Amino acid sequence: MNRSKLNRATFGDRLLTILMVLLCFISLYPVWYTIIISFNDSTDSLRGGIYWFPREFSLESYKTVFQDTAIINGFIITILRTVLGTITSVFFTAMVGYAFSKKHIMGNKVYMILGTITMFFGGGLIPTFILYKNIGLYNNFLVYILPSLFNFYNMIIFMSFFRSIPAGLEESARLDGANDWTIFCRIIIPLSMPVIATIALFNGVGHWNDYFTGVMYINDAALQPIQTFLYRIVASASASKAVVSLPAGISAQQVSSQSVRLATMVVTTLPIVCVYPFLQKYFVKGMMIGSIKG
Amino acid sequence: MKNNKLGKTNENHVTLAKKSFWIRLREEKYLQIMALCGIVWMLIFNYAPMYGLLIAFKKNYMITTPLFSAKFWKSAWASSFGFQHILNFFKDEEFTNIMTNTLGISLLKLCINFPLPILFALLLNEIKNARFKKTVQVISYLPHFLSWVVLGGILTTWLGEGGLFNEILIKLGFAETGKAYLAYPEYFWPIVIISDLWKELGWSAIIYLAAISGIDPQLYEAAKVDGASRARQIFSITLPSIAPTITIMFILAVGGLLNSNFDQTFVLWNPLNAPRSNVIDIYTYNTAMRSMRYSYASAIGLFKSVVAFILLFIANQVTKKLNDTSLF
Repeated sequence: MNRSKLNRATFGDRLLTILMVLLCFISLYPVWYTIIISFNDSTDSLRGGIYWFPREFSLESYKTVFQDTAIINGFIITILRTVLGTITSVFFTAMVGYAFSKKHIMGNKVYMILGTITMFFGGGLIPTFILYKNIGLYNNFLVYILPSLFNFYNMIIFMSFFRSIPAGLEESARLDGANDWTIFCRIIIPLSMPVIATIALFNGVGHWNDYFTGVMYINDAALQPIQTFLYRIVASASASKAVVSLPAGISAQQVSSQSVRLATMVVTTLPIVCVYPFLQKYFVKGMMIGSIKG
Repeated sequence: MKNNKLGKTNENHVTLAKKSFWIRLREEKYLQIMALCGIVWMLIFNYAPMYGLLIAFKKNYMITTPLFSAKFWKSAWASSFGFQHILNFFKDEEFTNIMTNTLGISLLKLCINFPLPILFALLLNEIKNARFKKTVQVISYLPHFLSWVVLGGILTTWLGEGGLFNEILIKLGFAETGKAYLAYPEYFWPIVIISDLWKELGWSAIIYLAAISGIDPQLYEAAKVDGASRARQIFSITLPSIAPTITIMFILAVGGLLNSNFDQTFVLWNPLNAPRSNVIDIYTYNTAMRSMRYSYASAIGLFKSVVAFILLFIANQVTKKLNDTSLF
């Protein structure tokens, strides 16, 4: 009786292990497949039958990718917006969070109400688009930076973290004559590095992966990030001639070559996949902060 | 210790309240400037678009008219007290189809993609080998970090006429020739549901895993002493303990029923699969950006956010009554 129960348990465990291994395979294989096809000769790939490793290894697609000025330019825009956007956004949001964390300041309640309303109501896509056109953000690099400068949800995370910092540290600095700004820059920020790192990571991935801002607000090929560029070639490939004319800066040849498309995808994703294993614990931590506080 | 701190701030508060406005302003000047930076940002990027929603009540908004101008205020308002566009949307020949697509995709996601991460979290929790568990977790999060564009690229490659999916089907004898699946409306819903599941299964489970890790281990030990099986422990301890988390996630999911994951749909949508992929967001986008009917598009957007808020409110009230958990 006891023995059979034990056996049944191990059977369940085995089934669970098999299921989980299968799940890992499903999670990884599409990425792996993309990588091997991108390293395979493009005409050879058309014959099909490649499942595990490249059949005719070739770096031709990557050569094309790295010689294409539109792609290089897209990368420069993506890197610029990710770095600038993340730094400014984290600093600005933390700064506002610090002010909001002081319950005694005048207007604190009104400020919080104003912010909370934005969590439930918004103008929506079209009024936002018209506003950005009105204030000159259309076709302007700043459209990547300014609208994402502040995030009320992240502000709340900062705010509750700042409130947990012992008040004594600030008090002693104030006795030494430091003002609130100096305290924020010299004391609060260095003490908040774990939270800052987590929010910066989320922000960075958001910037890196965002393609829609480029589609919606940018019409100048020189300003489009790599994800927008990729979106345009993917969309035209998926619709197979059904989609309307291609925007400037994308030649028909780029669209026709599947390998080049995949190589671009690999290069676009590579930075995230490379840093991911080292940073994933911060992502998870951030997700948990959000879930507990939110 | 904590009481002490509270008492101190209270004291401060009393003395501060006696000071005049200008003295307080001088003392708080840095903090006020910092706070106002945030308020100004919100006024521009949150409240100005809300004000911009007025174009939904205009007869025919032209993109050349600045929002903050007398000309904008003087331009003609829509008939039926400004609600003409919203009423027209209900009469739109696409209305039924759009609502079917939006709600169809969202409800399927709610029925399939909402419970599966919970199941995944429960199963992960049953793995005894800590290292194996960690590895599975890390691998399952990875797809979350790929952008929808990249996933769209993968799907286009796999589901194309000469793609891997067709290749396998032909090899196994299920199909004669390849089919570009993204060009057929009838496959759009399954593609959207499955790709969303692939991308978010592991990531969505994190929140439940966090809730599970907060359960007191003594509960399980007591259950083991009482001879409860593993299944029994899941149903009597784990699930009831994470019920509040599930409830909150459910309220949020109901609030987002009309949202249909714009990033995803926008990548996978094309004119050929439009009969099944034309959701509210896509229709709004095309109405404004392709047909230039800004007032009409804004009216649809407004309709959507009002319904979303009502749904969120209803879900919140219902769960409050049922199991005492609520978002607000």
